[in-house]
Amino acid sequence: MAEPLISVRNLKKYFDVGRGKTLKAVDGISFDIYPGETFGLVGESGCGKSTAGRTIIRLYEPTDGEVIFNGENIYQLSRNEMNRIRRNFQMIFQDPYASLNPRMPVEDIIAEPLDIHKAYKSNKERRDRVIELLKLVGLNEEHAQRFPHEFSGGQRQRIGIARALALNPKFIVCDEPISALDVSIQAQIVNLLKELQKDLGLTYLFIAHDLSMVRYISDRVGVMYLGHMMELATSEELYSEPIHPYTQALLSAIPIPDPEVQRNRHRIILEGDVPSPIDPEDNCRFVDRCRFATDRCRKEVPEFREIKKDHFVACHRADEIIKGTIN
Amino acid sequence: MGKLLEVKDLAVSFQTYFGEVEAVRGISFHVDRGETVALVGESGCGKSVTANSIMKLLPMPPAFYKSGQIFFEGEDIVKKSEKEMQKIRGDKISMIFQDPMTSLNPTMKVGKQIVEGIIKHHGLSKDEAKKKAIEMLDLVAVPQPEKRANQYPHEFSGGMRQRVMIALAMVSNPELLIADEPTTALDVTVQAQILDLMKQIQDKYGTSIILITHDLGVVADMSDRVIVMYGGKLMEEGTTHEIFKNPKHPYTRKLLDSVPRLDMDRSESLHSIAGTPPDLYKPPKGCPFFERCDEAMIICKDHMPEKEYHTNSHYSCCWLNHPMAKGATEGSEI
Amino acid sequence: MDHTAYTKDMFEKVKRDEYHADRITRPTISYWADVWRRLKMNKLAMTGLVILIIIFIMSILGPYISKFDYREQDWDKINLRPNKEYWFGTDELGRDLFSRAWLGTRYSLLIGVAAALIDFGIGILYGGIAGMASPRLDAIMMRIAEVVYSIPYMLVVVLISVVFSDAGSGTSMFVLILAMTITGWVPMANLVRGQVLALKEYEYSLASESLGASKGWILRKHIIPNSFGPILVNVTLTVPRAIFAEATLGFMGLGLQVPKPSLGTLANDGLAVMPIGIFYQILIPSILISLIMFSFNVLGDGLRDALDPRLRQ
Repeated sequence: MAEPLISVRNLKKYFDVGRGKTLKAVDGISFDIYPGETFGLVGESGCGKSTAGRTIIRLYEPTDGEVIFNGENIYQLSRNEMNRIRRNFQMIFQDPYASLNPRMPVEDIIAEPLDIHKAYKSNKERRDRVIELLKLVGLNEEHAQRFPHEFSGGQRQRIGIARALALNPKFIVCDEPISALDVSIQAQIVNLLKELQKDLGLTYLFIAHDLSMVRYISDRVGVMYLGHMMELATSEELYSEPIHPYTQALLSAIPIPDPEVQRNRHRIILEGDVPSPIDPEDNCRFVDRCRFATDRCRKEVPEFREIKKDHFVACHRADEIIKGTIN
Repeated sequence: MGKLLEVKDLAVSFQTYFGEVEAVRGISFHVDRGETVALVGESGCGKSVTANSIMKLLPMPPAFYKSGQIFFEGEDIVKKSEKEMQKIRGDKISMIFQDPMTSLNPTMKVGKQIVEGIIKHHGLSKDEAKKKAIEMLDLVAVPQPEKRANQYPHEFSGGMRQRVMIALAMVSNPELLIADEPTTALDVTVQAQILDLMKQIQDKYGTSIILITHDLGVVADMSDRVIVMYGGKLMEEGTTHEIFKNPKHPYTRKLLDSVPRLDMDRSESLHSIAGTPPDLYKPPKGCPFFERCDEAMIICKDHMPEKEYHTNSHYSCCWLNHPMAKGATEGSEI
Repeated sequence: MDHTAYTKDMFEKVKRDEYHADRITRPTISYWADVWRRLKMNKLAMTGLVILIIIFIMSILGPYISKFDYREQDWDKINLRPNKEYWFGTDELGRDLFSRAWLGTRYSLLIGVAAALIDFGIGILYGGIAGMASPRLDAIMMRIAEVVYSIPYMLVVVLISVVFSDAGSGTSMFVLILAMTITGWVPMANLVRGQVLALKEYEYSLASESLGASKGWILRKHIIPNSFGPILVNVTLTVPRAIFAEATLGFMGLGLQVPKPSLGTLANDGLAVMPIGIFYQILIPSILISLIMFSFNVLGDGLRDALDPRLRQ
């Protein structure tokens, strides 16, 4: 296997929420992302995936852990060195209505990374690059002078993508880029992202809660729950042979757009809601809703280990589940 | 037994400073007792406006009923006064919304809100109402209902709040429940719970449900019939089975193709629909899907196609149905 | 619909180009043009604006229209009621009140607007830095601001005026403005800080940060341009306060150096002759002060409504 582009090691991000309480949004996750792949990070609200994405590109300072890129731990870099690296790390945000400054014309929005890093010599060069980027995402020159509110959600998201591509990054974190869009537009954006990946050799960290879409676009997928990574495997493997009870429940909860299939499925319905990530216990985070929970699960954090080739699970009873001997 | 709800040629527009925006442009459909009808479409297609106009919840101005009728249990809602509507809302027709945080009063305890609803519609004494409120919370599977009734909305999670909304909506056992994107804002595992709950309630009380959503999976799970809306008009209608298995309208087909399914092959590509939905200010004269349709014909631009029935329950509005179109489309079916 | 009216060629497929689907058809309207349009609909605000424009013009032209100089004293013509020669009458030194009133308006406006603008400048700087700074620095800065603001405003003003003025003959304009701005910048700083705190969490600010922008960049390019609305409203509402403050000072005898008139000093002079039954001398400056304050206030309110995204139609 090739060298990973990015290695995340034991990443933690805690927030102080006052009164001595700590919100452990990300509590020790480790994984690699290989060049040219799309790594999907899924989970429900509060699982920490968005925080993880933002911490990985150092939008937030981590509480602990390392992210290794090009042999260096990016958290140890100085401000100037970090700025150099930033050209390689970009982000696409969820809300196409909030991620573009309503007072700036599209041209300035897309050119902002170029302006910040002073990456051009003449205004003409800047303009040409902006037009090139617009075309890359399927828009055109006449859109450059308009303002964000004149565009639809899908178009705005494309502007956001154009902005992210301005500095020719290697790695893009896509933080729920399609959640706020209509179904038919989601497909548009996903197809665009796939095309760009092929043409420009990009690597993606794709964060989403829509599991069907994640399965479609990702090569490997990691499932997060309450700050911990529960399972990690290739897309094929995860969706066809999920091991972790949470993954199984998650997959069974997704409705399939086919009435016959959907109504005849065996569904696992979880009890209760997702608990709070504030001051969690030192145990398996899924223990309160897991149908296989034992005492051990209540006391000990399960180890995240490779249980099959390239398939990682954090569950005390994973072996039983694989063998089918679990009750 | 007559139809519970019958909408006839409903047209609703908004008067804005730059002109009229025609949100709903002449739609007709019905809902029978005990069934779930899904109203499917993307943002801007008019489905929310339709729902709100059945409840007469639109601000009038700038909205106005341009034409058409809404018959509920035989009476035309469009003609009813606000006072008459207040008797119907929450009593015979209830609505639940996408974001329960904004539809619940954050400064009032949850139990109190339900009690108020009960007293308003049933005239029970306060103690009786309190008991019933706890019963309702229990019905929607809120654990420890007595304790929870004394809490404020912000102390509930999203899924719990939605359950409270459902409890509030079911307080007087309405004939019709309009659910406007009830699970869109919820996590997938919670969504499954809420959908299950809604099915249980429907089984128990025989409530009719209009389910407004853009999630085709939810539609496949819950609905008996499906209505597809686009650009303020209805494109296709049929039983769930008919729509999913034999979609006739290009938009419906494309919609189904653009949704990735858990059980599909990953190497299949996702079909997307280029472009964006039409602006309903100066809406197009012909078929609203013309600009984005792969199979569009010259006639589609300026002429709106009529309904063509494929079975008793399944129709679509598309020029491809026309006999003269058969020649042009032969051999180019997807 | 008559099916036979359709011909076969109408059922030919249409040729497609991608560009078509992404056209924007709605007429564009820039943000400020839209604000102006909404403001125009507010009759009260427009009234205020018109009054202000008239007063502004008169404050420039007024003293020149009248044939009398504002300093000219004619002891034969003291305390004359408004008549054909002296349109606003004369004061007890025989000076033309028309030219004095408009000159006084000019100075009052100058002082008021200058004070408001200085507050605006200091406020933006202070509030912007506090908002973008670390929570600790922010807390320190705001505590300092609070302390400054808790000093009784009038006390400061009076002290400075007294200390820096030549007793009896009034204060220079510079000192007046200084006195008014020493504590006046705090509300603006608070406002700006509030805006900054809110907007720096917006995704476009985060996007900028993820691109490697410095805090100053984000403040300049993203936050301030998007805060302009509330800031403008605040400035518009600060001006009348400043004018009133100056008027009060003038009224208390701490106003501009004699013989320079301001609306406050004119009111003060007018007060002196009230016991002998002369009311027009206090009425005229009072009416002018009231009109100015009223107009700025309704204009500010109207602006606030016009800028409110929730009230969009």
